[in-house]
Amino acid sequence: MSTAVTGRSRRGTAARGVPYLFLAPAIVLFALFLLLPIGYAGYLSLRKVKVSGLGLGRNSRKEIFAGLENYRTALADPELWGSAGRVLLYGLTLLPVMLGLALLFALLLDRPRVRLARFSRLAIFLPYAVPGLIASMLWGFLYLPAVSPFTDLAGWLGLPEPDPLTGGSVFFAIVNIAVWGGVGFNMIVLFTSLRAIPGEIYESARLDGCTEFQLAVRIKIPLLLPSLIMTTVFSLIATLQVFTEPLTVRSLTNSISSTWTPLMKIYRDAFAQNDIYSAAASSVLIAGVTLVVSFGFLRLVQRQAFGGEDR
Amino acid sequence: MTALATSVPVHDDVDPAGPRRRPGRRTAWLPTAVLLIGAIYCLLPLAWVAAAASKSGSSLFTTFTFAPGGDLLANFREMSGYGGGVYWKWLLNSLLYAGVGGVLSAFVSGLSGYTLAKFRFPGRGVIFNVLLAGVLVPGVTLAIPQYLLLAEVGMTDTYWAVLLPNILSPYGIYLARIYAAAAVPDTVLEAARTDGASEGRIFGRVALPMMLPGLVTVFLFQFVAVWNNFLLPFVMLSDDDKFPVTVGLFTLLNQGQAAPALYSVVIIGVLISVIPLIALFLLLQRYWRLDLVSGSVKG
Repeated sequence: MSTAVTGRSRRGTAARGVPYLFLAPAIVLFALFLLLPIGYAGYLSLRKVKVSGLGLGRNSRKEIFAGLENYRTALADPELWGSAGRVLLYGLTLLPVMLGLALLFALLLDRPRVRLARFSRLAIFLPYAVPGLIASMLWGFLYLPAVSPFTDLAGWLGLPEPDPLTGGSVFFAIVNIAVWGGVGFNMIVLFTSLRAIPGEIYESARLDGCTEFQLAVRIKIPLLLPSLIMTTVFSLIATLQVFTEPLTVRSLTNSISSTWTPLMKIYRDAFAQNDIYSAAASSVLIAGVTLVVSFGFLRLVQRQAFGGEDR
Repeated sequence: MTALATSVPVHDDVDPAGPRRRPGRRTAWLPTAVLLIGAIYCLLPLAWVAAAASKSGSSLFTTFTFAPGGDLLANFREMSGYGGGVYWKWLLNSLLYAGVGGVLSAFVSGLSGYTLAKFRFPGRGVIFNVLLAGVLVPGVTLAIPQYLLLAEVGMTDTYWAVLLPNILSPYGIYLARIYAAAAVPDTVLEAARTDGASEGRIFGRVALPMMLPGLVTVFLFQFVAVWNNFLLPFVMLSDDDKFPVTVGLFTLLNQGQAAPALYSVVIIGVLISVIPLIALFLLLQRYWRLDLVSGSVKG
């Protein structure tokens, strides 16, 4: 592959071209499947189709420059704002619940004298292996009153039948699917970093009479901070692009609109309504907001957590 | 990033019954109970699908949720025969997309991570940061522009349309770089160079084997990511012969609204689609280097 290099390699340093050659596949793929689509979306977002006459003849539909018109339309669209607000609320509910549970489980797994910990760890991690689409189908069926175990349970207890798929509770039904799918992976990441902390740190604290709870709050959680920040950023990015779960549950209920989340709206605009231009404008907006939010969060917590540190 | 750590901490045994546990003390009942409740919550839907797969279409909605029925084989035959066995085609497609995508991704990540960790060259920092910024770009918002671009060159509705966008993994490159920095000693590379080995050979014969445990992790991540991905194949493909199992089951579910008899086919299809990944996990658990993810390996 790079035999021409050997002459220079003898001196112990690599030929100058080699690193670039080795990085070429990644750079080409990055350009083709990341930069180019982003650029193309940006280009499309500035264009529109102009229909002249009755829109019948071959040249009656022409693509023209539209300036920021698509952005203005998108920003003035109450559906986009509605879906964005819903996702905001969704994130504010999902992230604390999912990451809080993940942290709780990780800390409990790391505690001494816990039985069946291996089984619990595996069981909680298992949903990671289940695609979001499949998870939504599983829960979607379990939410159907005719199938749901909660219907029977409520019957025994003499309570009214719960129906998670109607009205406002469908929101929590979707949050629950995401919690189920995400808690295990985040738990494992946090647990792995807990195991990497040398045990001696705890010994002296225990000798001083520190309880397991104090140990968790005063020592373990602060040491977990970098991992917590990372899991939060990744969960944040995933949250803003929620699509699969509501789309799937939509097959089982009428309480989810086709523009329930921003991405569902983009999908509908692009494919159901064939308006790729406004879909592109909304895509650019969503991608921009995601970048700003995740960068902003990183900057914010880094300043707070590693204020004096220079990395 | 430049400090050279020659040994990588090994976490083969992440069983909590490790040295931190003091023997002969009482069980901590509350933590045990909380964890078991979490475990039951996570197993609940899987237990349901196992029970429901054995029910006939009508008893699905009439019998108790977790009571098994006696129609497992009948459901299985019906699913296998559906659309001329198209379900098995979907499962194979998923395996192909995730398997080939995962291997290619691990290779490209390994090569890039190794280069970024072990070579000094102008632009190294910039290239790494630009590649890494890709992590923050929401992959899903890319799917639609990717579709439009591939449509321009007539490549939508092909295997390539799902495979190619899945090879580059910024996160995989990041993990591979950390792992290469920790697991491949500079002295070994220098020795190989002194022996006159070409750079390509050094990577293939020396560095790659040393990085293998880290690359298995990258492979697993990408395998799961592709296997679980729904939007990209959903957008790219229209021919149901090329669907992965997620998209296939979604179309079945939608038809089920009109023909509820299909629900029993969907449910056993879901059960069978979940088995390969769970098996993969239980088998490869030991090679899953999560200390890489949590940043416990310092490069």
